[in-house]
Amino acid sequence: MATRNARNMTTIDGNEATASVAYRLTETIVIYPITPSSNMGELADEWASRGRHNIWGIAPDVVEMQSEAGAIGSVHGALQAGSLSTTFTASQGLLLMIPNLYKIAGELTPFVIHVAARTLATHALSIFGDHSDVMACRQTGVAMLASASVQEAHDMATISHAATFHARLPIMHFFDGFRTSHEVSKIEELTDDDLRQMIDEEKIAEHRRRALTPDAPVLRGTAQNPDTFFQAREAANGFYDACPQIVQTAMDRFAGLTGRQYKLFDYSGAPDAERVIIIMGSGAQTCDDTAAALAAKGEKVGVVTVRLYRPFAAEAFISTLPTTVKKISVLDRTKEPGAVGEPLYQDVLAAIHESAAAGTLPFAVPAIVGGRYGLSSKEFTPAMVKAVFDNLSADKSRNHFTVGITDDVTHLSLPVDESFDIEPKDVVRAVFFGLGADGTVGANKNSIKIIGEDTPNYAQGYFVYDSKKSGAMTISHLRFGPKPIRQPYLIKQAEFVACHHWPFLDQLDVLAYTKPGGVLLLNAPFEAGEVWDQLPRQVQQTIIERKLRVFVIDAYTVAGATGMGRRINTIMQTCFFAISGVLPREEAIEQIKKAISKTYGKKGADVVRRNCEAVDQTLANMHQIDVPAQATAARERASIFSDLAPDFVKRVTGVMASGNGDLLPVSAFPIDGTWPTATSQWEKRGIAMEIPIWEPELCIQCNKCALVCPHAAIRAKVFNGEAPAGAPDAFTTAAYKAPDFKGLKYRIQVAPEDCTGCNLCVNICPAKDKSNARRKAINMAPLTEHRQVERENYRYFLDIPDVDRSKIIRVDVKGSQLMLPLFEYSGACAGCGETPYIKLMTQLFGDRALIANATGCSSIYGGNLPTTPYCVNAEGRGPAWCNSLFEDNAEFGLGMRLAVDHMTAQARQLLVRLAPQVGDELTSALLDGGDHEAASNNGDGHPDQKLAEQRQRVLALRGKLKGIDSLEARRLTLLADYLVKKSVWLFGGDGWAYDIGYGGLDHVMSMRRNINILVMDTEVYSNTGGQASKATPLGASAKFATSGKTTQKKDLGLMAMSYGHVYVASIAMGASDAQTVKAFLEAESYPGPSLIIAYSHCIAHGYDLAMGMDQQRRAVACGIWPLYRYDPRRAEQGLPPLQLDARPPKVPVSEYLGNETRFRMVEKIDPDRFKRLAIESQRQALQRVALYQQLAQLAVPTDPKLEAEPAKAAVAADNN
Amino acid sequence: MLEMTYMGFTLPNPLIVGASPMVRDLDMVKRLEDGGAAMIVFHSLFEEQLLAEEIATARAMDLPADSSPEALTYFPAFSDFQIGPHEYLEQLRRVKEVVDIPVIGSLNGVTEGGWLRYARLMQDAGADGLELNIYDMPAATDRPAAEVEATTLQLVRKVRDELTIPLAVKLSPFYTALPNFASQLADAGADAIVLFNRFYQPDIDVEALEVRRLQLSDSSELLLRLHWIAMLHGRVNADLAVTGGVHTAIDVLKSVMAGASGVQLVSALLRHGPTLLLVIQQQLVRWLEEHEYQTLVQARGSMSLLHCPDPHAYQRANYMQMLESWRGAEPHEMQFAP
Repeated sequence: MATRNARNMTTIDGNEATASVAYRLTETIVIYPITPSSNMGELADEWASRGRHNIWGIAPDVVEMQSEAGAIGSVHGALQAGSLSTTFTASQGLLLMIPNLYKIAGELTPFVIHVAARTLATHALSIFGDHSDVMACRQTGVAMLASASVQEAHDMATISHAATFHARLPIMHFFDGFRTSHEVSKIEELTDDDLRQMIDEEKIAEHRRRALTPDAPVLRGTAQNPDTFFQAREAANGFYDACPQIVQTAMDRFAGLTGRQYKLFDYSGAPDAERVIIIMGSGAQTCDDTAAALAAKGEKVGVVTVRLYRPFAAEAFISTLPTTVKKISVLDRTKEPGAVGEPLYQDVLAAIHESAAAGTLPFAVPAIVGGRYGLSSKEFTPAMVKAVFDNLSADKSRNHFTVGITDDVTHLSLPVDESFDIEPKDVVRAVFFGLGADGTVGANKNSIKIIGEDTPNYAQGYFVYDSKKSGAMTISHLRFGPKPIRQPYLIKQAEFVACHHWPFLDQLDVLAYTKPGGVLLLNAPFEAGEVWDQLPRQVQQTIIERKLRVFVIDAYTVAGATGMGRRINTIMQTCFFAISGVLPREEAIEQIKKAISKTYGKKGADVVRRNCEAVDQTLANMHQIDVPAQATAARERASIFSDLAPDFVKRVTGVMASGNGDLLPVSAFPIDGTWPTATSQWEKRGIAMEIPIWEPELCIQCNKCALVCPHAAIRAKVFNGEAPAGAPDAFTTAAYKAPDFKGLKYRIQVAPEDCTGCNLCVNICPAKDKSNARRKAINMAPLTEHRQVERENYRYFLDIPDVDRSKIIRVDVKGSQLMLPLFEYSGACAGCGETPYIKLMTQLFGDRALIANATGCSSIYGGNLPTTPYCVNAEGRGPAWCNSLFEDNAEFGLGMRLAVDHMTAQARQLLVRLAPQVGDELTSALLDGGDHEAASNNGDGHPDQKLAEQRQRVLALRGKLKGIDSLEARRLTLLADYLVKKSVWLFGGDGWAYDIGYGGLDHVMSMRRNINILVMDTEVYSNTGGQASKATPLGASAKFATSGKTTQKKDLGLMAMSYGHVYVASIAMGASDAQTVKAFLEAESYPGPSLIIAYSHCIAHGYDLAMGMDQQRRAVACGIWPLYRYDPRRAEQGLPPLQLDARPPKVPVSEYLGNETRFRMVEKIDPDRFKRLAIESQRQALQRVALYQQLAQLAVPTDPKLEAEPAKAAVAADNN
Repeated sequence: MLEMTYMGFTLPNPLIVGASPMVRDLDMVKRLEDGGAAMIVFHSLFEEQLLAEEIATARAMDLPADSSPEALTYFPAFSDFQIGPHEYLEQLRRVKEVVDIPVIGSLNGVTEGGWLRYARLMQDAGADGLELNIYDMPAATDRPAAEVEATTLQLVRKVRDELTIPLAVKLSPFYTALPNFASQLADAGADAIVLFNRFYQPDIDVEALEVRRLQLSDSSELLLRLHWIAMLHGRVNADLAVTGGVHTAIDVLKSVMAGASGVQLVSALLRHGPTLLLVIQQQLVRWLEEHEYQTLVQARGSMSLLHCPDPHAYQRANYMQMLESWRGAEPHEMQFAP
């Protein structure tokens, strides 16, 4: 047996623990980002770009594909050609790999896939963890090995890679998404030597010898017929029979190396247990510890942890069970609706009954029940485990139960005694509430590393985020203690609770996490002496009742004084170490500074200096405050959720928004994932430090501020001076200047509590004070000074009826902003470059729009609960929104179009049939009025005028239909609204349109159906953290293109133009807002497929997004982002369909590149390379512009003979 | 014929490529040398700019990190991603590799630590000399002139102590007692004084109500420099150089006659390219020959306060007279034969 190698203890998360092994044991790594597995691929890419070696002394090739289907396809090829390959994925990504998993297994190919197991989208998407994805693969023929912790992920990854070559079966190594993938934990790191000793070179040689090679050709992937397929399929049986023993041998070999012995099934608990839980994944640790605690009290309980799930080794399983077992509860972290039970339950049932039938069961057949727990990372605690054991104690144990929720509908849930607690006494717990951008999570990760690496303590960190991208709350759960931490669940009560953002004390019950006698640390924007009086009454009371020691610091002031802005992380971290005493103060401070140096080292001496200065200033500014004996505050905790919300929204959404969604019972929920829209309005977050304040006398009424606002938090309105009564005193107005509503009043109004303070509006404002050019028509001012007044103003502003949109003469930038946005207050990033386009679309067409939204940022800020931004107008109309998947959005949207078209056709047909009763005049008006396109852009009346008229006609029709008693009339009543034109929109980012969804997008564009596609092009996978897409520009650094992308951005617009019948526009609001509005109007009015590619600045570009619109202008001015519109209708008029909307490039590309970190990084790493890329980028920009200039000259020749055949005939022909 | 000594270097001519973006292009640097440039001064390393970039980059990368469950970061993790002066220093090293003429680093700092650290780094990177580009914006209403000067002098002393290579100090025109200040700078260790930098000259865009960046110079800017070079020549213990407004051979001659040992060209080179250097040299030689000078050094300082025929011309007493003479006659234009 090998000698024990010297190993490091390291503090990393489950993804890194896994990737560290996978990287070192493979040659080709093919990946695609998907939460929560993305980090594994990113790490592999990072290591490869640094040239880190695998155990064979060479860096693996790391390649990103266009989808998971593409990734596994390439893996399959690499394997067939004899390489050692791996990939990482989760959830929907794993589903896309299933066809190839069958193939790889069918061909008996050694391969390991690492899966951070995640929920599959059903009634809703969830990025969190459960086993629904891996369970959807149990039939593919891959072996499946589960890890239950970060250390196990590291170990099982190794065992998988070792065993697969012996077994010749691909192995899916999986662990719980987030709970294990994102938990930071101190583990023993395996050395390269360890890995070498696990790998059998001879087996690798056998794999190589099976490689496809022209030097010894063979054929695989044949097609077989009824005569042979079946037998050939059965020929592989022996490998499945042998696999469990091979895995066990690898586990034993591993134990010899490391001392950590794993079994296919591991038993823990009382040796004479009668009640046993069978479980797989991170929940096993919770079960183990709970069983141990109960067994210590004499309860006869035990736990079997399933490690090798497929092939299911029934014999090994049965021999693991204590012979005393009487009752078994099988816990599945998945739901298989309609099945007899969940998969693991069925396996256990089958194994035991088969054994009993064969007479080999060494005990009497136990009672077996199954239950579900932990879907979508739902907490799974010792109290729940106890509930499961208690259920087994009952005379009649509930079967097919759930645990962890309250099911008041089908009554399947087990009651849980929440007070049951087994947290070890020697573990210190700390909970930190941070604001996304303040760096709390990063600092806590550093703290765990410091504790893990500089003390003998073990440490664990887990981080909970909310669903907003701006002003997000983070909750960090840290544990540390002398023994390995085995608590894969959230902390309920902590010795140390820190609230890094004062408003959170009102928004949620922060103090619920405090333990009596514990410490509360507050970042309070007040003098220490004033803090107590500023606290809400409930908080004061809890402090007194729980006898908390309260420390305060005005961290924002310390940060400000040391040039740290709002970054308070190192300050709060210093407080934590100083109070907790986990390390001697001096040593802690030294370690914090070391961590700062390590983080920023080369990125800047001054950032390091400022951070260190902040650390040094901290202790002098931290104070313990005296706690009075009585609560003195008159103020109660203020809710951010409005009391005015509709009942359902208050009862359900409001509870979720206050952080108590776990308490909601099953009956509270919609059964099919259908939720009301327009809920973001009820959540008033007030996250801006400063908000824009309007100066009516300076305003030139251009409405640009409203146009660019990503959150619809600044609005323009024109209204009759007499109409509104009871205006607040501060509600100033100006006389409206444009001719359409001349004489009416005008106001720009901020929504003070919805504004994120991004500054885009102030930057775009063109009006300056002639005596003080710094003062514009809107200026940022502190929220605290204006919140109350503007809240009143805004409430009043909203009550004023909107102007009659059909009276707006010109639907341009200005006119469009007098229309009500039907997309408001989303959780998008402050300064988001995407949402202004969405908002504009909803203003123009939202009251008749159906939106198919590809998964990504826009589906998250568009549809992540609790509150959502799509809303309705006064008539209750607004966008209907749905997200299907990432990859299928074009097809999904097309489906919506097909449905609408067919229902419209039916309605028209029914109308014609019912014409005698409805009346010829109304009938023909309805038939003619459905298409208002001709009127749209020719100045021939206002499109909304026609729509309003048609809606009136539909109303009249409904009136008539009421009096007609026939099936046809009833059918037409249902369909009558389809006589008013619907607008179908496909929203998504570049990851969808350029990469994973391109095939579908291309197909729907090839048809002539009337769909409108908005690609919000951030040139990177924004939602998953900045991975390169085919839209990533040449020279930009992105994940998987670390040293700067070497190929130019795919020209999606040109590809679409090549069809000839697709309307295509390339827009950038910051460069030409007028062109943006025009493109939306034209795209919508075009009766075929329309594609709008919209430049969207993004945090992943790396600069202050307040400058986003300026940067857009630069992108256009240098030619990198051409502005154009390609309108096939122009070809019919003999005009060139392509029109360029920007002047020829007049500034160098470098001026644009130099402003963004994504380009600057490349320059900083390798100036020569950057220079080459910049020159190439310049060349390509000019080339592209030159090509477009030529195309813009190109009128499509018309053949007089064909003139008689209008394009409409083609449309009709294609519509079937 | 055109040799000149400046900052301790014997230069084949007084033509120095002043601080400009031209040094970023190695090819251009080579062409400048081939054209006859006697020395190259790097563009200023602006400490303020480095700091701003550091902070901005850290913010751009830090702020979105760790705030969404789907994306822990938005940028690739780089270990070799450096912010700071390394690009500048790297370029300095490269320029040193391709040319034989002296290469002078230029530094504009804001903190004492910054000045010293970067000065040392430039010397280590191979700079043959260093030009301190003083831009002490005297914006404070409570900071007297003496203190502004004292701070600069202290700084020059410290940098002098830190470095072994020659040191030039580039000033703005806005010192109340320039001759005294210049002498003190020389005493503090400045080998040369360069007049003047072109800070404090932003333009205003009246349409957009914005402050615009500095435009390229023209010959009209030379006069201010000539005046003060002439005032200092022979009276302070340091070489003098002109920067700003030198566009023609005549501008060079004027500068040398006023007392300059070096003339820095930037705008003219940006406009006309490196071949201008050859043209100016040829014209200088021709002018000297036509006017029977043996060397250019002969002319140095010939029109300074110390040596000019009418020292009052540099002094206020002559003000009225000058105005009248300007009104009375067309100014004499020195012309070259075509």
